[in-house]
Amino acid sequence: MASAREMKLRIKSVKNIAQVTRALETVSASKVRKAVNAVTATRSYATKAWQVLKHVAEQPGRDSLHPLLVERKKVRNTLVVVITGDRGLAGAYNSNVIRYASQRFDKNTVPVKYVAIGRKGRDLLYRRRKELLGEFSNLPAAPSFFDVSAIGRLVVDAYKNGEVDEVFLVYTNFINMARQTATVKKLLPLELTDENRVQDFEQHHNGPAAAYDYEPDQSIILDEIIPRFTALQVYQAILESQASEHAARMVAMHAATDNAKDLAGAYQLAYNKVRQQGITNDILDIVGGAEALSAK
Amino acid sequence: MTIRCEIVSQDRTVFAGDVDIVVLPGAGGEMGILPKHAPVLTTLKYGVVKIRKNGKEELFTVAGGVAEVQPDIVTILADAAENVDEIDVARAEAARTRAEEILAKGVPADTDAYLAMEAALRKSNLRLEAVSRYRKGGTRVSTSEH
Repeated sequence: MASAREMKLRIKSVKNIAQVTRALETVSASKVRKAVNAVTATRSYATKAWQVLKHVAEQPGRDSLHPLLVERKKVRNTLVVVITGDRGLAGAYNSNVIRYASQRFDKNTVPVKYVAIGRKGRDLLYRRRKELLGEFSNLPAAPSFFDVSAIGRLVVDAYKNGEVDEVFLVYTNFINMARQTATVKKLLPLELTDENRVQDFEQHHNGPAAAYDYEPDQSIILDEIIPRFTALQVYQAILESQASEHAARMVAMHAATDNAKDLAGAYQLAYNKVRQQGITNDILDIVGGAEALSAK
Repeated sequence: MTIRCEIVSQDRTVFAGDVDIVVLPGAGGEMGILPKHAPVLTTLKYGVVKIRKNGKEELFTVAGGVAEVQPDIVTILADAAENVDEIDVARAEAARTRAEEILAKGVPADTDAYLAMEAALRKSNLRLEAVSRYRKGGTRVSTSEH
């Protein structure tokens, strides 16, 4: 068993760690509140925008409507946008996203390029020798749409100029404080569920389909909304991920504080025993010495 | 027979409910939408969306955006939207004065800043105009209420 002095040092360092993790937990708790407010506020708009995009994609002859709606016959390159945090100490938050991405895309038949949002994801992808097309880190907390619109533009441009033929978004969906799950969303080209496909098929075969009237003009309006609503999905995913990151960090730091307390308690107990043993030994020595003297 | 109407701005759902008619400021002019309207996708101008339900009218300012009309639902995705009754006149006025002052001092060199200022000015003007035109009893000063 270690000496009493060594144990005292260890208790002190464990208590220090507990203090730091508790502080981090408190900070995350206040950040998570803001992030959750931000994500829930924009969620309805983003969901509706996505619905409108899907409706547009359901239109007959979608390929001729807008270049971003064209489903290319042959997919030669895939782009994956991976959203992680800039910092660690958030439990399995960052590694979950990367693990999910590599499970999903490592066996991809065509080359995969990555765009990393967040420093941790960048480092992890880099270490796995993935091809990075772009990297965005140090995003502000609760970013505005304009802070991140460059990311959306990069993605849309890469798709438009044929550099990539499909775009996926891998991010963490914020479900509640205790549950966040890594998810993937196909961003471009817009994908319809099978159910919609059947409808589309029937529309084609049951006379005229209910196509939109466009005002002012089909190309003007689609040019305006498709890139913007696509970028909006990236924005929403970033907000979801940020809320998840703070929640994950809060939970992880809470657990760390609890563990440190348990550990400090266990060490304290061991230290007390060592100290008591030492005193008992000292007394035994003294008594033994005194007896030896009086026996003479 | 009603049609579902949802007005969503970038930061909240402003209105959601079943209504009799929706009148919205489309790019090609005012459009009245009744149930079973043909599908339309239109951009919106700065203006006022009117909703009527059981003879009762509700008004919302919208600062641009997009509206999607389906036979059973109208989805209005506005860049900014609010109920005319909720507009804070004092705040809108203050915002207008501030924007006008800044613009009067000279055009900001930064294009983005200029566009943001101009949009803010247009938004404040829209709000104030909507209040003076549509709110019952004319313009009320919000600070004297409640």
